[in-house]
Amino acid sequence: MSAQRRVVVTGLGATTPIGGDASSTWAALLAGKSGARTLTEDWANTIPVNFAARVAVDPSEVMERVELRKLDRSEAFALIASREAWKDAGSPEVDNERLGVVIASGIGGVTTLLEQYDILKEKGARSVSPYTVPMLMPNGPAAHVGLEFKARAGVHTPVSACASGAEAIGYAFEMIRNNRADVIISGGVEAAIHALPMAGFAAMKALSTRSDAPERASRPYDLDRDGFVLGEGGGVLILEEYEHAKARGAKIYCEIAGQGLTSDGFHIAAPDPDGSGVQRAIKFALADAGISTKDVVHLNAHATSTPAGDVAEANALRLALGKDADHVAVSATKSMTGHLLGGAGAIESVFLVKAIQDRLAPPTINIENLDPAVTVDVVRDKPRALPAGDIAALNDSFGFGGHNVVLVFKSVN
Amino acid sequence: MALTQADVLAGLKEIVEEVAGIPAASIELDKNFSDDLEVDSLSMVEVVVASEERFGVKIPDDQVEELKTVGDAVNFIVKASA
Repeated sequence: MSAQRRVVVTGLGATTPIGGDASSTWAALLAGKSGARTLTEDWANTIPVNFAARVAVDPSEVMERVELRKLDRSEAFALIASREAWKDAGSPEVDNERLGVVIASGIGGVTTLLEQYDILKEKGARSVSPYTVPMLMPNGPAAHVGLEFKARAGVHTPVSACASGAEAIGYAFEMIRNNRADVIISGGVEAAIHALPMAGFAAMKALSTRSDAPERASRPYDLDRDGFVLGEGGGVLILEEYEHAKARGAKIYCEIAGQGLTSDGFHIAAPDPDGSGVQRAIKFALADAGISTKDVVHLNAHATSTPAGDVAEANALRLALGKDADHVAVSATKSMTGHLLGGAGAIESVFLVKAIQDRLAPPTINIENLDPAVTVDVVRDKPRALPAGDIAALNDSFGFGGHNVVLVFKSVN
Repeated sequence: MALTQADVLAGLKEIVEEVAGIPAASIELDKNFSDDLEVDSLSMVEVVVASEERFGVKIPDDQVEELKTVGDAVNFIVKASA
């Protein structure tokens, strides 16, 4: 058998609550800025939580009105981030039959669904937009990107709630490794800031209710954390087969070296307090990448700021990494971006790539009193330098349903 | 009261501009919706529903595929309003 095909990252794109592209988002992240704000929509005061993290740059500022009216907001995010990532990768010349798209969403076009249902009730069936179905389908973001770049190796949308974005990147990684494609546009998006999903999350007691200080509400690992802050936006990475990237002289950010996937089989929404599924995912990911816990210097945690989830994850990290957890700088960037659900694992992968490039772990903000149950080394308030030389970093992403995804990013000489 | 051809053309121009982003100035009677104005089958549904609302006429689904050009639509709407 020939040598294993390697997968590298050659382009980045993002639109997030703290920046309209990958580099402005990264700068805001290092500066510790929060994207959470009080919502100005009338409906916001009809539900228990009236704040969220809207994107810093609305799609209407960067896309034409006519294009936007046929797109769900999540699809617009996917196109915006993909165009940036594609350009960042140098707009590669690639055989279309070797180009794929894997872009996930946790909930799909939920705002389109709800808005069109309002139209159906108020004005009748004839007024329902003919674009309703292509706008609400969860594969819509991936499909639109596939159309734009004429991808013909396959267009896919893994759905695993808040693990979706990471699962998409893992799926793309496998597609290249398994020789189904040479280049993949991969990532995750979410646009679910609407009364119904927010009321639903609030009914689960999953959302923070700290409405007097939205920018202080997302506080992973803080003793007084009370839930997550809903965010919107997305992130996209161009994954490319290593030799393909080298042959065209592409800028190579880093390598994706492995992934670990497990499921809890425990509860539809609650994390398994043992964290055994998370531990197994970390072990599988490291083994898949052919590295050990000693090589890991940084981890972007799932850490959403819920009372149960953060500690369960931290315990699992400590158990999986053992003593080597002492040299792993753990960052919980949802403290700044809020929780982008299906977009989370994707923007956090963008952050890992930037962290490896700049050798800086981004901060975790809003920790006033670190929960003593958290026994990992959390990067607080300011970025922290990462070592020179060969390093590896992990992305933890978990989803309602008990989905666990761990991705391994590695520096490339 | 029957609408005039000029009234309908002016209104239809606004609708096509709204739906497809084609500047009203370039929309003329002989323009074909799909070939010249990038109004695909889904966008055509929007044009039809908006026209029904605006001109107070009914455009049955089986008539829609006969409306190839802006002129076809204008003539249909003028007749239907009579």
